[in-house]
Amino acid sequence: MLEIEIDGKQLQVPDGSTVMEAASKVGAYVPHFCYHKKLSIAANCRMCLVQVEKAPKPLPACATPVTNGMKVWTHSEQAVKAQKGVMEFLLINHPLDCPICDQGGECQLQDLSVGYGGVESRYQEEKRVVGNKDLGPLVSTDMTRCINCTRCVRFTTEIAGLMELGQAFRGEHAEIMPFVEKTIDSELSGNIIDLCPVGALTSKPFRFGARAWEMSRRKSVSPHDSLGSNLVVQVKNDVVKRVLPLENEELNECWLSDKDRFSYEALNGEERLTRPQIKQGGKWIEADWPTALEYVANGLKSVRTEHGADAIGALASSHSTLEELHLLQAVVRGLGSDNIDFRLRQTDVSADAHRAGLPWLGMNVTEIGALDRLFIVGSFFRKDHPLVAQRVRQAVKRGLKVSVLNPVVDDWQFKIDSKIQVKPSAVVASLLAVAKELAQKTGQALADVFLPAAAKIETDAAASAVAASLASGKQVAVWIGNYAQQHAEASRIEAVAQEVARLSKGKFGVLGEAANTVGGYLVGSLPAKGGKTAAQMLAAPLKAYVLLGIDAELDTQAGQRALETLGKADTVIALSAFKSESALAYADVLLPIAPFTETAGVFVNTEGRAQAFYPVVKAAGDVRPGWKVLRVLGQLLGLDGFDFDKVEDVRKLILGAEQQPERSRFNNLVTVESFALAAPVTGVERIADVPIYAADPIARRSAPLQKTRDGQAPALRASVSTVAKLGLEAGGKAKVKSLSGAVIVPVVADDGVVDGSICLAGAHADTSALGGLHGEVSVERV
Amino acid sequence: MSSQGIILSGLDGDRTWRLADYIKRGGYDALKKIIAEKLSADHVIGEVKKSSLRGRGGAGFPTGLKWSFMPRAFPGAKYLACNSDEGEPGTFKDRDILRYNPHAVIEGMIIAGYAMGCERGYNYIHGEIFEVYTRFEEALQEAREAGLLGKNILGSDFSFDLFAHHGYGAYICGEETALLESIEGKKGQPRFKPPFPASFGLYGKPTTINNTETFASIPYIIREGGDAFLALGKPNNGGTKLFSVSGHVNKPGNYEIPLGTPFADLLEMAGGVRGGRKLKAVIPGGSSAPVLPGAVMMDCTMDYDSISKAGSMLGSGAVIVMDDSTCMVKALERLSYFYFEESCGQCTPCREGTGWLYRVVHRIENGLGRPDDLDLLNSVTANIMGRTICALGDAASMPVQSFIKHFGDEFAFHIEHKKCLVPQDVQREGSKIYVA
Repeated sequence: MLEIEIDGKQLQVPDGSTVMEAASKVGAYVPHFCYHKKLSIAANCRMCLVQVEKAPKPLPACATPVTNGMKVWTHSEQAVKAQKGVMEFLLINHPLDCPICDQGGECQLQDLSVGYGGVESRYQEEKRVVGNKDLGPLVSTDMTRCINCTRCVRFTTEIAGLMELGQAFRGEHAEIMPFVEKTIDSELSGNIIDLCPVGALTSKPFRFGARAWEMSRRKSVSPHDSLGSNLVVQVKNDVVKRVLPLENEELNECWLSDKDRFSYEALNGEERLTRPQIKQGGKWIEADWPTALEYVANGLKSVRTEHGADAIGALASSHSTLEELHLLQAVVRGLGSDNIDFRLRQTDVSADAHRAGLPWLGMNVTEIGALDRLFIVGSFFRKDHPLVAQRVRQAVKRGLKVSVLNPVVDDWQFKIDSKIQVKPSAVVASLLAVAKELAQKTGQALADVFLPAAAKIETDAAASAVAASLASGKQVAVWIGNYAQQHAEASRIEAVAQEVARLSKGKFGVLGEAANTVGGYLVGSLPAKGGKTAAQMLAAPLKAYVLLGIDAELDTQAGQRALETLGKADTVIALSAFKSESALAYADVLLPIAPFTETAGVFVNTEGRAQAFYPVVKAAGDVRPGWKVLRVLGQLLGLDGFDFDKVEDVRKLILGAEQQPERSRFNNLVTVESFALAAPVTGVERIADVPIYAADPIARRSAPLQKTRDGQAPALRASVSTVAKLGLEAGGKAKVKSLSGAVIVPVVADDGVVDGSICLAGAHADTSALGGLHGEVSVERV
Repeated sequence: MSSQGIILSGLDGDRTWRLADYIKRGGYDALKKIIAEKLSADHVIGEVKKSSLRGRGGAGFPTGLKWSFMPRAFPGAKYLACNSDEGEPGTFKDRDILRYNPHAVIEGMIIAGYAMGCERGYNYIHGEIFEVYTRFEEALQEAREAGLLGKNILGSDFSFDLFAHHGYGAYICGEETALLESIEGKKGQPRFKPPFPASFGLYGKPTTINNTETFASIPYIIREGGDAFLALGKPNNGGTKLFSVSGHVNKPGNYEIPLGTPFADLLEMAGGVRGGRKLKAVIPGGSSAPVLPGAVMMDCTMDYDSISKAGSMLGSGAVIVMDDSTCMVKALERLSYFYFEESCGQCTPCREGTGWLYRVVHRIENGLGRPDDLDLLNSVTANIMGRTICALGDAASMPVQSFIKHFGDEFAFHIEHKKCLVPQDVQREGSKIYVA
């Protein structure tokens, strides 16, 4: 510890602290622009100059290390003179037109100029003008306002992992710019808007939408990925104007992914469903809530009477709230059916019967920082979990070694220590090879159940490298990602991954697919007594379906086939915030339920943390919160246990007084009773990712997100040699055929995809005709 | 080029840059002596300390002391860098050393590598003197072929590799940490210090950076002893030094003279002021050093201490001589434009301030000066100086402050009368000498 005196206050700080850190501890505010606690020190703005005893000139607080016995004055005459001098320089070329700047009212430069700026400028010469840059659909530029603090440059390099911005040219001609003709394509790009201390980088969708002081700031929780980022939703006149991060060091830190930040645009869009509608004689008519719900209740009752309760099934989105998921399964079970599921993109859920508890990450996300080995199996990690990947990226810089097993190794923007890249049907065998190598290297025995299969496989150098890495770790974790869970052999992957974790004495974790995947398990929104899984419900038609918050052809693995199946049902009741062409075709009743901004609810994130949120705006039109709709439906059906007055009552029923799930319920252990490898597949296999902005109904309707690179229509990606072998041409088009249908898509050569397979995204209208997300396909040139 | 010294001496012949010629002049004897006598690193550094050799790049930091900062027991790579990024107006000594005596630099660097335990060195050569770069590459090749560079030098167990690296002409890359950034392939921008290069330098490893002339002085110090070198100059100002004399003299060029030689002698060597005109002002140490009036300069001797006492700096030894036909406002305008153009743009005061300074001086020169402009200039320079990561901000400010300090009346005249104090015809008269 070091002794330091700041503005007359004594304190002790740890070795290696800077004066800035020490000053913030005693509450002495040192003005600054380039300094940011999460970024490297640049010391270029020079605003934080302070007086230090024995130093001949003022020193920057951000970059000056504390030495024992140091005396610092942050507001002495010398310090303030230096700070005012710097402020004058910052302002001479900065436009002094705050009233027409989008940052006005929330601008660090504007705020500090009140304290440190002059009344009028001594600079009488011509001001610098800097051309604007096209950074893509999310970030707007006003580069003349830039003060070259390089926060954005450091963010893209250090946090997002790829230098997408740089400072070109010298001196007064210095400009922040992307590479020539490039846009910012990072999935974390929106954070540079928050980081920019002036109005140089602002939000393109929000631009000139409102003034900072006109909006209320309301807390919320992201409904997208399974991290559960904390949000500040800014609202004006009951309209969501923009979304900012709410700092939570344990989850999203001070960042947000672009999906969390810009998806709100969908909430104010044209596709919102605002009135209950009933289809009668093939025509849609608007109805009031009592009529619509009466109609629904009668429909369900008559199906049960005529066909039995088992003819009723429900599919829920894993982006629904905990209350909605609970009440939906209560309605279904109250009717006497067990056909309920929320894992709509999964086909192999045979592990259900063997689970010891609820699957979860197996650790808190803050513990990622302490890992030294991490093995990620089956994941489009960076796009599926942008901010978890960011944490891993920082840990990699501190020495974490990451191994990967995936058919596609795309750029995660951090160093991958060892990788295994195999075709989808070889994932299980390759994982088993890792387990086999690991057992050998650590002198442990492979569990008996795996021995016969393990005896049949050859291990290779890649498996050995991964095993060696895991064997040498002290804090190991093995995670299975969304792709592994959606894989046709998901339960086998899970079984072997768990064995790898056991052999490496590490933690086994299941990366949650969506905002409330853990919540879905928690409330039992899945078949428990032999009911049908999502895949089964969509394979053969039932008589009645209740859909909660989904676009049936995009949020399920069945794709177009889901529409056919639903089309054959007697009644389909869709509870949704949005309407769509296909829903208008297959549904009989559309009930407008509130998206996360208009309802109260709870999301349980991948680490099992329940986070409650409340409405931030008034519901649009006749929209009602899903939990209220399901409550009334339960009551109309004459079911018990639907007498709730408040959302808190539902919550208490699920979570107890603590408002958190019981920790003892989380357990990733799956008992493996038998294990055998599947028959080899010889044809061309499809690998389907779920593109980041196609993953849920809100994100896929956000216009700005759809304009980004990640929002572009799916293309067939295959390695250069595979493209040649299949007789395709990069840049040309290909016809991809599955058992269900065929699509024509553009071809892109991408050596990140394993040879012999193709990567073609799911969850998109362009590819939904193919049905499932995986399996053999035939490919031909068109 | 003329010499009473050690670096430029013997360079009157043909192809003096060749290895054979260098060896004939006693080249690589110092290195051979170290290898043959197995001199310790401490001994080598001791000799350099004894010599009172001070850094020839401009700051004048004692070289022996700098070398002793390098961590001895550091595990892993340590680097050596030679700063040949000579880009300051008035400075042209290093390129002549590299052009005519490159092996002196190579030998000096090998010895430095030996003394500090560096296995690898880089010579960063200014991008605007490309033929010097190619010649240095040739010299490196000669040295490698002769077993003077590379693995097991001269059959010993000491290995040292040296590479040439050329920049692209940015003045800022002469700042040692910007130079390191540039070698690493990044944009040349100075790093914040601490950490200093001796602990966190090239690729994050301990690194020592010295000027070309500094390295070129090393062989003599080892061959003849530190005391002999010191004796060439005066106490605390050891050895001879190259002065690049330019401006209004009859024989501009590089002159190697013992430190402590009177300025008057140097001026005489350079053929005196052109056309027999009166000496008006001298910038004694490169364009960033404060200007001194001619009369003050005539009382100075050419060494670090004397020039410093007179209120300027010996700097890199670039002596810019101005006669009485010079308009000082015009001269400052040119200098200020240089710093405005060469600021890296990293720190606010320098990025914004250098442009401001230039514009105000430009305005005064063009008859648009305002009464309070001199106060403004002084205030702006005060806000730049000492507020930036590197010394470029100071370098831009010192000429402005010193020009106003010593020639304020010319500036005031310009502002008041919208024209030069030195009549136009006198200025033209001065220029004619070279126009004709």
